[in-house]
Amino acid sequence: MSVLKPLPRWADVVLLPLLNLTLAFVVSGLVVLAIGQNPLHAMWAIATGAFGSGYNFGYTLYYATNFIFTGLAVALAAHAGLFNIGGNGQAYVAGLGVIAVALLLDGTHWIIVMPLAMLAAMLVGGIWAFIPGYLQAKRGSHVVITTIMFNFIAAALMVYMLNYVLKAPTGMAPESRMIAPDARMPRLAEFIDFFRHTPVNLSLFLAIALLVGVYYLIWHTKFGFALRTLGQNPTASRYAGFSNSKIIMIVMTMSGALAGLVAFNEVLGVQNRLVLDFVADAGFVGIAVALMGRNHPFGIGLAALLFGALYQGGNELQYVVPGLTREMVVIIQALVILFTGAMEGLFRPGLQFAFMLFTPEHKAEAMARESAGSES
Amino acid sequence: MTSEGTNAQRPETAAAKPGASDWAIELEKINKRFGPVHANKDIDLSVRRGTIHGIVGENGAGKSTLMSILYGFYNADSGTIKVNGAIQNITDSRHALALGIGMVHQHFMLVDNFTVLENIILGAEDSRILGTSLSRARSELGRLEKEYDLKVNPDALIEDISVGQQQRVEILKALYRGADILILDEPTGVLTPKEADDLFRVLRTLREQGKTVILITHKLREIMAITDAVSVMRQGEMVKTLETAKTNPEELAELMVGRRVLLRVEKGESHPGKPLLKITNLTVADDMGVVRVKDVSFAVRAGEIVGIAGVSGNGQTELLEAITGMRDQRAGDVIVNGHKLFLKGDDGASRARAAGLAHVPEDRQRMGLVTNFQAWENAILGYQNSAEYGGGLMLDGTAARAAATAQMQRFDVRPLNISLKTSLFSGGNQQKIVLAREIGRDPDVLIVGQPTRGVDIGAIEFIHNQIVKMRDAGKAILLVSVELDEIRSLADRILVMFDGQIVGEADPATATEGELGLMMAGISNREAAQ
Amino acid sequence: MKNKQAFKGLAALAGGLAVSALMAGTALAQPAVIYDLGGKFDKSFNESSFEGATMWAEETGEAFLELEIQNDAQREQAIRRFASQGANPVVMAGFSWGTALGTVAAEFPETNFVIIDGVVDLPNVQSILFDEHTGSFLVGVLAAMTSESNVIGFVGGMDIPLIHKFYCGYAQGAKAVNADITVIESYTGTTPAAWNDPVTAGELARAASDAGADVVFAAAGGSGMGVLQMMADLGKYSIGVDANQNYMHPGSVLTSMLKRVDVAVYNSFMNAGDADTFTPGITVIGLSEEGVGYALDEHNEALLTDEMIEAAEDYKARIIAGEVEVHDYTTDSTCPV
Repeated sequence: MSVLKPLPRWADVVLLPLLNLTLAFVVSGLVVLAIGQNPLHAMWAIATGAFGSGYNFGYTLYYATNFIFTGLAVALAAHAGLFNIGGNGQAYVAGLGVIAVALLLDGTHWIIVMPLAMLAAMLVGGIWAFIPGYLQAKRGSHVVITTIMFNFIAAALMVYMLNYVLKAPTGMAPESRMIAPDARMPRLAEFIDFFRHTPVNLSLFLAIALLVGVYYLIWHTKFGFALRTLGQNPTASRYAGFSNSKIIMIVMTMSGALAGLVAFNEVLGVQNRLVLDFVADAGFVGIAVALMGRNHPFGIGLAALLFGALYQGGNELQYVVPGLTREMVVIIQALVILFTGAMEGLFRPGLQFAFMLFTPEHKAEAMARESAGSES
Repeated sequence: MTSEGTNAQRPETAAAKPGASDWAIELEKINKRFGPVHANKDIDLSVRRGTIHGIVGENGAGKSTLMSILYGFYNADSGTIKVNGAIQNITDSRHALALGIGMVHQHFMLVDNFTVLENIILGAEDSRILGTSLSRARSELGRLEKEYDLKVNPDALIEDISVGQQQRVEILKALYRGADILILDEPTGVLTPKEADDLFRVLRTLREQGKTVILITHKLREIMAITDAVSVMRQGEMVKTLETAKTNPEELAELMVGRRVLLRVEKGESHPGKPLLKITNLTVADDMGVVRVKDVSFAVRAGEIVGIAGVSGNGQTELLEAITGMRDQRAGDVIVNGHKLFLKGDDGASRARAAGLAHVPEDRQRMGLVTNFQAWENAILGYQNSAEYGGGLMLDGTAARAAATAQMQRFDVRPLNISLKTSLFSGGNQQKIVLAREIGRDPDVLIVGQPTRGVDIGAIEFIHNQIVKMRDAGKAILLVSVELDEIRSLADRILVMFDGQIVGEADPATATEGELGLMMAGISNREAAQ
Repeated sequence: MKNKQAFKGLAALAGGLAVSALMAGTALAQPAVIYDLGGKFDKSFNESSFEGATMWAEETGEAFLELEIQNDAQREQAIRRFASQGANPVVMAGFSWGTALGTVAAEFPETNFVIIDGVVDLPNVQSILFDEHTGSFLVGVLAAMTSESNVIGFVGGMDIPLIHKFYCGYAQGAKAVNADITVIESYTGTTPAAWNDPVTAGELARAASDAGADVVFAAAGGSGMGVLQMMADLGKYSIGVDANQNYMHPGSVLTSMLKRVDVAVYNSFMNAGDADTFTPGITVIGLSEEGVGYALDEHNEALLTDEMIEAAEDYKARIIAGEVEVHDYTTDSTCPV
C-alpha cells in the first residue's frame, strides 16, 4: 500500500529533524526529571553551554570540526552504497601519520608542518579504509563487518604504539611527547580574542572547504556520477562501464582520508601530542551527523554544528546541574543521537500522512507516479 | 489494517443464495482520485459468473487502481461495489478474501525459503499447532490439485521451483482461502510461452469448475486466446466492454490507444553488408559457475536484424551480457567492426561501448537505468566520460541536460521533464529514455534485449520503427526477445537458442510458429521434418 | 561574565528553582577537584580525593566544584573549564593529568593548581608525590609473614613506573623477612582503562592463587575490587590500596596500603588557594608524615599478630631513621629484588 508520497524537500530537511530533536529533548528531559532536576534548567544549560560565550562557542566549533570530517566520510561512502562504520578507527590510526610528521619535523614552522601533517592524516586514514574497501571489492567481505573489526584493530594497535613506541621511556601516561610550539597548528584564539582558551583552530576552515569540495565531488564530477550510480544500482553501474571494484576502493580510501582529518584537528591543533582515544567516538557521531544531514554537505554542516553544540552543552551539564553524573550526560547525548540519527525515520510516515491530507499534489509528478505505479 | 470486525458485513456466499445474480462482480460509477489525478472516472464493470473476463489498457489506464479497489487496497471515493449481487463496502484485503475475492499479484508474495505447503497456509493457519494446520492443509491441497489439475510438490522450497510453478502456488493460495473470484495481474509477464499455455489451461479448468477469473493484461493475443469478454480502459475511463468472440486485436488496440495502431512492423527488404558483429566460439558461465553459453559462433551483418529466439533461461541472458562486457567471457571472442574486444575485468562494458556497441538491456530497471536518478542523469549513463559532457574530472551538467532534452524530444518521452525522477516515468517512457540514449549515439552495433517488455502498445510501434530505422541506416542489430511474435515480425534472420547453443536458423518469412517452437524445445529441423 | 548573568536570569525565570550551590557560588574562588577515569566512586584513589574534599567541606562549611571526565581527550577542557570560571585551587589526582596541566597552567598563571602523583614544573603548580615504595614495603613485610605457601602475589593496575614502584617496595619488604619468598607480578593493562577493570584484575588474582599465592596485593585503583573479591571467595588474603579497604571483606583483607590522597586533597583545599600558604614545587609525603602506611582497624586486628605488627613498626621506625633504605623504582627504573 505504497500510497504515501515523499515529503516536500523543506519538510524532509528541516521539519523532520526538528521533530526528532524535540522528541530527543523530551525524552532526555525525562532523564533529568528522574534525578529530581528541572529539565528546562538543564536545557538552558545545554544551550548556553554551547553558545553562551566565546569560550563555549569555540568548543562547540571545535567539536563540530571533527563531526564535519566524520560526517562527510560517512556520507561520501553512503552515496556509493557503502556503510563506513570505521571512521573511528580510521581517524585513530591517522593520528600516527600526524604525529610522525610533526615529530620528525620538530622545530619546523607550522606553515610547513601543517600541509604535510594533513596529507599524512589523509594518507594513513585512507589506507586504513582502503583495506576494507579492497576486501569488499575483491573478496566480497562486507565493509560493515570489516570496518567494525578495523576499529578494534586500530584501538589495539594504538595502545601498542603509544605504550611501546611513542611513549617517553620515563613517561607514565601512554602518550607521545609534545609537538614543539612552533609546529602546532594555530588556534583561532591567536587571532580572535573571542575564542580565548578554546581549541578551535585552522582545521575548521579546512572542514568548511571540504563541505563545498565534497558537494562538488558528488554532484559535479564524473567520479561523483559514478559513485552515485554504484550506490543506487551496482548493476547499472557496471552496465555504464564503471569498474565497481575500483570505485569501491577509491571511495573507501577517500572516506577514510576524510575521517583521518579528525587526527589533523586533534593531534596538530588541540592535544599537540598523540593521546589515547583522542577520537572520542567522533567516527560514530559522524554516522548520526550524516543521517541527520541527509548525506548532503549542507545538511552535514548544520548537523555537525548541532552535534557539536550537544557535545559541548552536554559537557557543561555536569558543571551546572547538581547530581548529574557523567554517565547521565552520556545517556542524554546517546538519546539525542538515537532519536536524531538512528531513528530519524520515526516521524516520517506520520508526517507524510499529514502532508497528504493538507497539501495538493504536484500534478505532473502525481500523474507520472500513477502510471508508473499501475505497472507493477 | 483492521482485521476481524468485518463479520457484520460478511456476505452470504453465492452458494447460500443460489441464483441471486448472474454477475459475480458489478461495479457502478466507481471514482478514485489521487490528488488532481482522476485515476478512475465513473467506471462501470460487470463480470459474469463463471467466465474469464479480460481487462486491457495501456499502462496508466487505471486497471490496477480499479482492481486494487475491488481487492480492498484502496477505498473508492464514490460508487458502489456489488459482489454476487449484494452491495459491499470492501475495507481491506482480508475482507475481500472473506467475500471470495482472491488476487494473484504480478510480483509473487511468497517466502522463498519456505515450502509450498507452508506458503499456502501462511497467514491462514487454522490452528495454533502448526503440525495440525499443515496436515489439514495437505489433504485440502491434494483435493484442490486434483480438482483444478494444478500439480505442484507441496514439500518443495519456493526458491527451488520455476516461476510458473510459483505462480501456481499463488493461485492455490487464493483457492485455499476460498476464492471464487480470482484476479490475475499481468500473469504472463514472467512466464515462458509454454508456462503461459499451462496457465491458460489451468484458467480454463477453473472456469469449468464455476470460478470467475479477471485477467489484467496488455497482451491482446492472450485476450483473444482465453477470455469470454473483454473490457477496454483508457486514461481512467471504461471505454467499452466487448464479447471476445465478436472483436479482433486491431479493434482492441485502437480502443486502447485511441487511434489506429499498426500491429505488424512495416519494413522493407534488408540489404545486409559486411559483418559488424562477430561472435566466435563464445563460452560463458553464470554466477554459479554453470556454463550457460556453449561454444557459440555467429555474425550479424550491417543492415540486418538478427533475432535470437528461445525459451528464457537457455543462455540468452548470459550471451547478451558476455557480448556487452557485463560478464567475463570464459572463452571465445567478440569482434566489433573488426576489433576484438577485451572484456576481462568489471569495466568491460566501457570498452564494448567505446568500440561502437550499444546495449539496450533486457531489464531496464535492474540494469539500464538508475531509477532514483533524474531523467537527464540517465540520459548520459554509460556515456558520462564523453568529452561533450565536460573535459577532465568535472561533469558538465548544462551540456548533459541539453543532450537529455534533445534525446527525449526526439523519442517523444513524456512528460518532457529532464529533472523528473526516472522511476516516475511509465515503463514505455523509461524504455524510450534507454533507447534514445543508446541509439542516439549512432553506434555500429545495437544489442537489444526484450525491447518492448512491459511497454504500451503505442510505444511498441514506435520502438519497433526506431529499430528498423537503424537497420536501414546500415547498422547491425542483435535482438533477443521471449516474444516470438516480436522476433518474427522484426528480425531478418532468426537464430534459435536451446541449452546454451544455437540449434538452428530460420527465415521469419517462411518459418511457421510450429517449426520455431519445436526448435526452441530442442528438436532440430531435421528431426522435426521426420 | 555574561554567561553568568544568563544563568542568573534563567534562575529567576525558572521561578523558585533551587539553584545549586555549585552554580551560585561560582563568583567566589571555590576549590575544585577533578577525578580521573576510574570514576569518583572507585573505592580507592578517586574516592579518596572525594573524601578529602568532603572532609574540607564539612569542616569549613563551604562548597567545592568537582568533575568526572569521560575520556582522555577531555583533560585540558576540564582543567580549563574550572580555571576560566575562577576556581582556585584546581586539584587533580593522577599522573595522566601531567601534560594537560602543563598546557593549561601556563594559560592561567593566576590560578593555583595541585597535581597528585605527577610533576608539572610551573610556578603556579604544586606537585604532590607519595613514598609509595616505603608503604608498600611495610605491607610486603606483613604479607610475607602471613604467607604459608611461601608465594605471594601482586596485581597492579596500569603497567607504568608508578605501579612498578609499588611492586618493588612490596617485594623488597617481603624479601626482607623471607629471602626465599616468590612474588608473582602482574598488571591489569596498559591504558587508563586498567584502573577500572575488576574482572581482569580478579582473573589475575586467581592466576596468582593457582600458582600458589595466598596473599595478593592489589595496587590497581578501582580494579582492585576484583582482587579483593576473588581472594575472599578463595578463602585467602588480599591487601587493599590507597583508601582503607579493610572493611570490604573482613577476615580476608589482610591490611591496606594507605596512600592518603584524601589528606593531600584536604591540605590543598586548605592551603593552595591562598598565595601565602601555597607551596609550589614538589612536595613528597612519606611514612613520617603519615602519608603512607598500613591500615590497622577492627576489621583486621584478628589477622595481624602482635609479632607482625611489631615487625612492621620496627621497619617503619628504621626506614624513617634512614637505617633501612627502600629502593625507589622510579629513580632508575630498576628493582634490586
